[in-house]
Amino acid sequence: MYSQGLRDSKAGDDSPELLDAFQQRIDKEEKIEPRDWMPQAYRKTLIRQISQHAHSEIVGQLPEANWVTRAPSLKRKLILLAKIQDEAGHGLYLYSAAETLGESRHQMYQDLLSGKAKYSSIFNYPTLNWADAGAVGWLVDGAAIMNQVALCRTSYGPYSRAMVRICKEESFHQRQGYDIMLKMAKGSPEQKAMAQDALNRTWWPSLMMFGPSDKDSTHSDQSMKWKIKRFSNDDLRQKFIDATVPQAEYLGLSIPDKNLKYNDKIGHYDFSEIKWDELFNVIKGNGPCNQQRMDARNKAYEDGAWVREAAAVYAEKQDNKKHNKEVA
Amino acid sequence: MKLYEVFLRAKSGLSHKHVGSVHATDAQMAMQNARDLYTRREEGESIWVVDSTQIISSNPNDKAAYFEPAVDKIYRHPSFYPFDKEVKNI
Repeated sequence: MYSQGLRDSKAGDDSPELLDAFQQRIDKEEKIEPRDWMPQAYRKTLIRQISQHAHSEIVGQLPEANWVTRAPSLKRKLILLAKIQDEAGHGLYLYSAAETLGESRHQMYQDLLSGKAKYSSIFNYPTLNWADAGAVGWLVDGAAIMNQVALCRTSYGPYSRAMVRICKEESFHQRQGYDIMLKMAKGSPEQKAMAQDALNRTWWPSLMMFGPSDKDSTHSDQSMKWKIKRFSNDDLRQKFIDATVPQAEYLGLSIPDKNLKYNDKIGHYDFSEIKWDELFNVIKGNGPCNQQRMDARNKAYEDGAWVREAAAVYAEKQDNKKHNKEVA
Repeated sequence: MKLYEVFLRAKSGLSHKHVGSVHATDAQMAMQNARDLYTRREEGESIWVVDSTQIISSNPNDKAAYFEPAVDKIYRHPSFYPFDKEVKNI
């Protein structure tokens, strides 16, 4: 899902012997660590995937930030702030993991700010009413968990360890979201209508988070072979739908899909074809909030420049003082 | 910005364990960032931050030379010395 905009990586000049030995390690379920030999394409794919994942966490703070000052109670405000702080933390864990592959955090961040790097398409949708804060936690974080639990077993050690930490925290995000939805769905008719509206708008973009259908996902095969990915996009999407539909029923809300029906023969829910044009259009930059998100990130970076500069000068001064003392 | 590695002691009686890394301009900021990032859920009660350039590590290419000599020294393990069940408390 975080690799929605990945291009194919071509293998470099890696020798067949080394590639073969590497594949054998992967097949034995050995984890690859930063200083181990790895194919160039493995490194490149991971840098792109992990940094996109990190960018998604960072940009993902923005739709929720919209509701911090308007949360309906102090309790909800505190919870929302804690969740947003977690998202920043997840971004930092992931940037650290990507750095172990030799890419600098500065470069990754510049790629986000210039629009060169992608982030998850879901964060280009607006959060229009308070129930959206609930729907984002329940569905967006729910979809993220499906993917991230699978990634806990990814073959690259630092990525896998970051995922384990993230998954522990993500469950809180999903549950607090469902808790908001539950309060709204069991509240006044107006509140229930808001919850239904949020579900209607968030459902399809959440399903798109899993990325293109397997038949159109060209880079999946190699990632599966190297165990960067452990499950296909469609498998994870189906798993998410199967888990989520009963939760919607408990809320008394309806999923906005006329063709959604449990299929006894296969033991899964059938659902309508996803509007892929919409996904590709949002990835290209034409979603409802793409420009707004990029502007917000760039503004934050520029507004923080004096803090970074002051910290650097302070550190230098302290170093000089220490040095002068030692000389004296 | 420098890279610092972060180690946490979960509770007294346990050793510090590597949990991740942070960026900071100096040691004090590294400590504060580590506290903000890695102890939001009572994960630790003591933090070490170490300038990552100060860590001396073994080279993966030396893995065999370093660690394989231990493989055939199974006599270092207590399970190398099996006794009858009658022998107790050993």
